[in-house]
Amino acid sequence: MSAAATTIVNEVPPQAGPRAFLRRLRGGDEIAHLITLIFAAGIILLTSMLVYELWVNSHLSRAKFGWIFFFTKVWDPNFDNFGAAPFIYGTLVTSAVALVIAVPLGLASAIFLSELAPRKVSDVVSFLIDLLAAVPSVIYGLLGIFIVVPVMRTRIGPALIHTVGNVPYVGALFRGPNYGVGFLTAGIVLAIMVVPFIISVSREVLLTVPREQREAAMALGATRWESTWKVVVPWARTGIMGSVFLALARALGETMAVTMVIGNAPTIAASLLSPGDTIASVIASQFTEATGDLYLSSLIELGLVLFLITFILNGLARILIVATERGGGRPA
Amino acid sequence: MTDPRIMWRRALNFVMLTLTGIAALGVVSVLFFILGYLIWNGGKSLSWNFFTQLPKPVGETGGGMANAIVGSLKLLMLAALMGLPVGLLAGVYLAEFGGKTFSFVVRYTTDLLNGVPSIVIGIFAYSLAVLPVKHFSALAGGVALGMMVIPITVRSTEEFLKAVPGSLREGAMALGASKWKTIVTVVLPAAKAGILTGMLLALARVAGETAPLLFTALGNRFWSPGFEQPTASLPVMIYSYAIAPYDDWHRQAWAAGLVLLGLVLVANLGARLLLNRGGAVRSV
Amino acid sequence: MRKSLLIVSLALGLSALALAQGGTILLNAAGATFPYPIYSKWFDVYHNGHPNVQINYQPIGSGGGIRQLQAGTVDFGASDFPLSDDILAQSKFKILHFPTVLGAVVPTYNISGVSGELNFTQKALAGIYLGTITKWDDSEIAKANGGVKLPNADIVVIHRSEGSGTTYIWTDFLAKVSDEWKNKVGKAAISVNWPAGLGGKGNEGVTGLVKQTPNSIGYIELIYAVQNNIPYGKVQNAAGNFVKADLAGVTAAAGADAKNIPDDFRVSITNPAGPKVYPISSFTWLLIAEQIQDATKREAIKDFLKWMLTEGQKYNEGLSYAQLPKDVIAKETQAISLIK
Repeated sequence: MSAAATTIVNEVPPQAGPRAFLRRLRGGDEIAHLITLIFAAGIILLTSMLVYELWVNSHLSRAKFGWIFFFTKVWDPNFDNFGAAPFIYGTLVTSAVALVIAVPLGLASAIFLSELAPRKVSDVVSFLIDLLAAVPSVIYGLLGIFIVVPVMRTRIGPALIHTVGNVPYVGALFRGPNYGVGFLTAGIVLAIMVVPFIISVSREVLLTVPREQREAAMALGATRWESTWKVVVPWARTGIMGSVFLALARALGETMAVTMVIGNAPTIAASLLSPGDTIASVIASQFTEATGDLYLSSLIELGLVLFLITFILNGLARILIVATERGGGRPA
Repeated sequence: MTDPRIMWRRALNFVMLTLTGIAALGVVSVLFFILGYLIWNGGKSLSWNFFTQLPKPVGETGGGMANAIVGSLKLLMLAALMGLPVGLLAGVYLAEFGGKTFSFVVRYTTDLLNGVPSIVIGIFAYSLAVLPVKHFSALAGGVALGMMVIPITVRSTEEFLKAVPGSLREGAMALGASKWKTIVTVVLPAAKAGILTGMLLALARVAGETAPLLFTALGNRFWSPGFEQPTASLPVMIYSYAIAPYDDWHRQAWAAGLVLLGLVLVANLGARLLLNRGGAVRSV
Repeated sequence: MRKSLLIVSLALGLSALALAQGGTILLNAAGATFPYPIYSKWFDVYHNGHPNVQINYQPIGSGGGIRQLQAGTVDFGASDFPLSDDILAQSKFKILHFPTVLGAVVPTYNISGVSGELNFTQKALAGIYLGTITKWDDSEIAKANGGVKLPNADIVVIHRSEGSGTTYIWTDFLAKVSDEWKNKVGKAAISVNWPAGLGGKGNEGVTGLVKQTPNSIGYIELIYAVQNNIPYGKVQNAAGNFVKADLAGVTAAAGADAKNIPDDFRVSITNPAGPKVYPISSFTWLLIAEQIQDATKREAIKDFLKWMLTEGQKYNEGLSYAQLPKDVIAKETQAISLIK
């Protein structure tokens, strides 16, 4: 009985009206409440201002191009003709490549760390991987330029062109001049950057799967792998999906590492070895010197697009991860 | 016993489990390789000049990044001053005072802010802190980084405050303390380790941010006095030097990368040690 | 206890840094990367001679210099692109151009097996950048380079990723010598819709990419090729001669225009007549507002300009930029008084 209700000693019964409000203010509690409220509201204000600024400052290009902006392939500052298509394409392609590489690697590692490795090893490795997540983007860019790009250009690129490049249909992904920079290189660097997120969240989620599930599978004669893959992982499915969305959101907004290895050419090409550009990368390259209001407005509109995409993805990720934690991971 | 199906399943079991081990090994190797390469290359390039000299004119060797190091520290301090109090107080609100719907809106908005790509924050900071006063400045850079510090701080503050056991609060109130007094003298100190960890991690995160600084703090070849002038910073210098052709600049970029990575890793390690000592377990 | 002491001392230290600016005149400038080597040298030397003046120049490209000057976030800008009439008309305040040096844009390349100088005809350069000439052993390139073994490799075209005055000079040249370029891509501009190739950021970025990418070609200011020991080719001028970029060729290109330079100093000197001219030469300018409110800044800028026209010019040739012709210097010295 007594544990349930905690009475607050100094509470004054709330009354309406400004004079009552001022009277209440004399109590330290109300001031504390007010101050912290103001700061909390400040965050709402700040974020609203951000969205507002993005909206207002992209007015020119929104008015001029409308929806066609998303489909125009041309980015021509000379003739004031701007289109988002190459950058949306580049953003999606590099993120897709990053996920294709990072999700299997990340999930496999998470499975290893949660199911097979001894707890101590798992904790240490997990700690190290969390450190990997803290490495700043520009350092990945540095490593990208001096390690990944030359390796792509001298070994991996030619190898891909000569092997997979000759396969019908799929081969179109690996054609053409081999620069070292391009979609694939950016995708690889992004993959290295997001794999820690996938591992970290997936491992945690896998660890929450109740032991009974595994034991039940084993009791039915499943091998370790079968129990993991067919019972445990599906149980944690939504949380793992959440980690993938989180990784995707991170990859989409990544600027520096990408702009240093993607080639900065607004092109849409089938080949992954082709140079390209992403939304974040082009804003970083051209923002400070966008002469002309329409030019600047188009760049800001790109920023707005990126913001909306990451907003939706983050929202989905949150829902998925929370659903897993709350529902105990019941398969949907 | 020699049922081929069982043999197949056992083989598959072995292969797949080995693959997961290889994957984990691969990922960890990448980490070690990154760190190792950076330490080796960066260590080779560290010199007294690097820490004490200003950048030299293009093409001349012997310059350093003294102003960038100080600049980064200055930016971090500004980000801390502007972002940490907001994050802390908002976190206190959410954990201690919040009503249901308003708290939901605040949390949602904070998550939103956290997910905004750093380049977009840069755009916003440019229109907020550069255009109106008509100059680039360390202050504008601090505003951009401060905005990024807020969400991380809010979330960790709220979490660790909530983790403080109710018995502590009740004990204080039973002794006659008002709510705010309880918070300040009992709850906050109890959650101290976790909150400080969150702040440290937030600062470590923004220390390496480059994109928002490109249009706010810009850059400076000289010392940047005060807060109203553009300032050099380690991440931006790494970027500029890495894409340039000069070998001497490349060496400096490696050295700067090592220094930056060192700063970030030390902060992260320190944060986790703090956390473990403070007794809280949850990772941020 | 110790923590608060640390915080206090940090705060004191940093506020000391903050106050340390008493008496120093701080100017911020931004713009072209074309003259960045000489500008960084100048501002360094000028600071040594005038310790209370600090001019912080950020090479963000000519487009950046123009934009930030118009936004008022820098004290002056720098551009290799002389502002067009409509830009000047749209500008909220009057902008003056002050030439600083003469430079050359050279085609630099990194071709496996080729270490010497290549000759580039006008058609070759236009074709490469249009994407119509794709291999190094194309006849248009080979026919001008008799003895050289060119590989049958794809040409990696490298251009600028951002708004660049160097691009303006390069496309100015291409538009003059190739109708196909003018029709397909347009007239000279700081930023175009490139038919082919990769983008590098700044002259530095392009140089870096060329250096690292085999079989590539890029256009950069002469000093970047010299400082980085990468080969650059001879370009065919209007008279049909292949000329390598050097001080003589660049000065010759400015030659006739120097005497008749317009009052606002805006002029293009690409592809002029003359047997020995280097056809891709250009002035580069500082963009300064006619009206500068802050008196100390105004005087500092004017003082720097005077220094630049006298002392500064002595450093040009060491960095492969040609000095301004005497007529231009004389006219410019008078123009300084226009800044109020």
